[in-house]
Amino acid sequence: MLKQIEGSRGVAEAVALCRPEVICAYPISPQTHIVEGLGEMVKSGELTHCEFINVESEFAAMSVAIGASAAGARAYTATASQGLLYMAEAVYNASGLGLPIVMTVANRAIGAPINIWNDHSDSMSMRDAGWIQVFAENNQEALDLHIQAFKLGEELSLPVMVCMDGFILTHAYERVDVPTQEQVDRYLPPYEPRQVLDPSEPVSIGAMVGPEAFTEVRYLAHAKQMQALELIPHIAAEFKQIFGRDSGGLVKPYRIEDAETVVVALGSLLGTIKDTVDDLRDEGHKIGVLGISSFRPFPIPDIRDALAEAQRVVVVEKCFAVGIGGIVSRDVRMALRNRPQPVFTVVAGLGGRAVTKVSLERLLRDAVADKIEQLTFLDLDWNIVNKQLERDKAKRRSGPIAESVLRDIGVVAAKMV
Amino acid sequence: MFQVRIHGRGGQGVVTAAEMLSVAAFLEGRHAQAFPSFGSERTGAPVVAFCRIDDKEIRLREPVMQPDALIIQDPTLLFQVDVFSGLKRDGYMLINTNKSFDELGLGDFVKDFRHERLLTVPATEFALKHVGRPLPNAALLGGFAAISGMITIDSVTDAIRQKFSGKLADMNIAAARDAYNFVQEEEKEAASHA
Repeated sequence: MLKQIEGSRGVAEAVALCRPEVICAYPISPQTHIVEGLGEMVKSGELTHCEFINVESEFAAMSVAIGASAAGARAYTATASQGLLYMAEAVYNASGLGLPIVMTVANRAIGAPINIWNDHSDSMSMRDAGWIQVFAENNQEALDLHIQAFKLGEELSLPVMVCMDGFILTHAYERVDVPTQEQVDRYLPPYEPRQVLDPSEPVSIGAMVGPEAFTEVRYLAHAKQMQALELIPHIAAEFKQIFGRDSGGLVKPYRIEDAETVVVALGSLLGTIKDTVDDLRDEGHKIGVLGISSFRPFPIPDIRDALAEAQRVVVVEKCFAVGIGGIVSRDVRMALRNRPQPVFTVVAGLGGRAVTKVSLERLLRDAVADKIEQLTFLDLDWNIVNKQLERDKAKRRSGPIAESVLRDIGVVAAKMV
Repeated sequence: MFQVRIHGRGGQGVVTAAEMLSVAAFLEGRHAQAFPSFGSERTGAPVVAFCRIDDKEIRLREPVMQPDALIIQDPTLLFQVDVFSGLKRDGYMLINTNKSFDELGLGDFVKDFRHERLLTVPATEFALKHVGRPLPNAALLGGFAAISGMITIDSVTDAIRQKFSGKLADMNIAAARDAYNFVQEEEKEAASHA
């Protein structure tokens, strides 16, 4: 059914259609509306056979999800930013134990400086935690990926993180097609665990593993992610059969045939990039886009193939590894090893800075003319940066950086652009 | 694509207005995208929300920087925030006030815009009359339907009914209809003088 609703509401409805049995959550912006919606559905009786557990922290949220999942329940939670960091130890446990929990991460920056706005720093900090990570381009895909996530995770016995841009998607009202219960039931069978704490057939889950087997257990975790590379396209194809639309998959090419320049990105940024690329195509530039839907597992063969003919690759990413540079672009470079194309890193949209068409167009014009740096920061204000560097040089007690920068800008409230 | 920017203060229903506008457009079979500026959403603080309307899927995610229409829910923002930033010369402007553009000190500023697309509406008065609280958002949407013709008043009232229930919906709908009629009358009068 077509609805004009908030992204968070859409995700809550999609999760409810998946018949979760345990939902545990601790509120944090911009994720809160999702679990609020689910909480209301449980309370009103709209969502039955589901226990909604209020917990005292994100660490507890993931721990409850682990317990519930190990006991054979379909478990869901959601978080963002510092909340994800606070649950980090349990995040690794969920994947290490191989429990198919589904978690939404409403992507938000990580402090300090404290910042509630969107970027990908939070889920990127957990990219090596062993979870499957998929990124939604718009609210329709966010809904759809949750339905696919339960199926994928339960098939492999691995947890899945569905990443959607905080505020930009979670708080946006747009048209979504909310599937029927009958469709979701046809697609997603009841949870049949590969391991379960069952008194009639007792097992222990979570043994200590020493040097004699740790490498093998870790390798098996990798092997499962490699199986996910095979499975994700099937899950998406089956989804299309029942729901009639393309959602998810490993990568999403857009106008890359004959493209000399290909822009690679994740999440909601893809929409603005596609609009920009359409304009540049109209002017005759041979440029295309490659969206990455599945970031973990990282689809190296698909990315390698899709970029084979490109002369240059521009990765625009909402995250940044201090001390080295890009995160997504490093993985893309890995996919293009032994290939001649340069891969440029463009860091954009950190801490909620709007990524505008004007800035993207300027960037891509420079890129096509081979005039961008290996590591480029979109719309970076060099005056502000240099002022602080000078201050640091001028005196020992140069003071706190964030406060000094804010004073230079004279910002009292967050600016629109 | 038609882009609307709504300015107001925290607590005035700015974000709700953008959401209801998107619902109204959706009900007419169009694609619409509404989102807030996600800033300091404290009561009284300046708040901005956006709505895009189009006949095809909307992929663009940047804030609305060159609006086709501007709705200003609180005239005290006029000299505090750059509310007019990027407004197109042929854009629509609706300001919640019982003063005229001249009385607001905007007479000179608006002289290059299309006058039939600019209007001040006493939306807070309509809200106080019907809702009993100074929440001008529904009334302004009624006014916007009248001045722009982008959406019908019936879609606005349907959207209000999706967001609010029962008596609260009825009261907001009454405010929206009053503002709609007010704007139509103003336009008729302006046309007769032209």
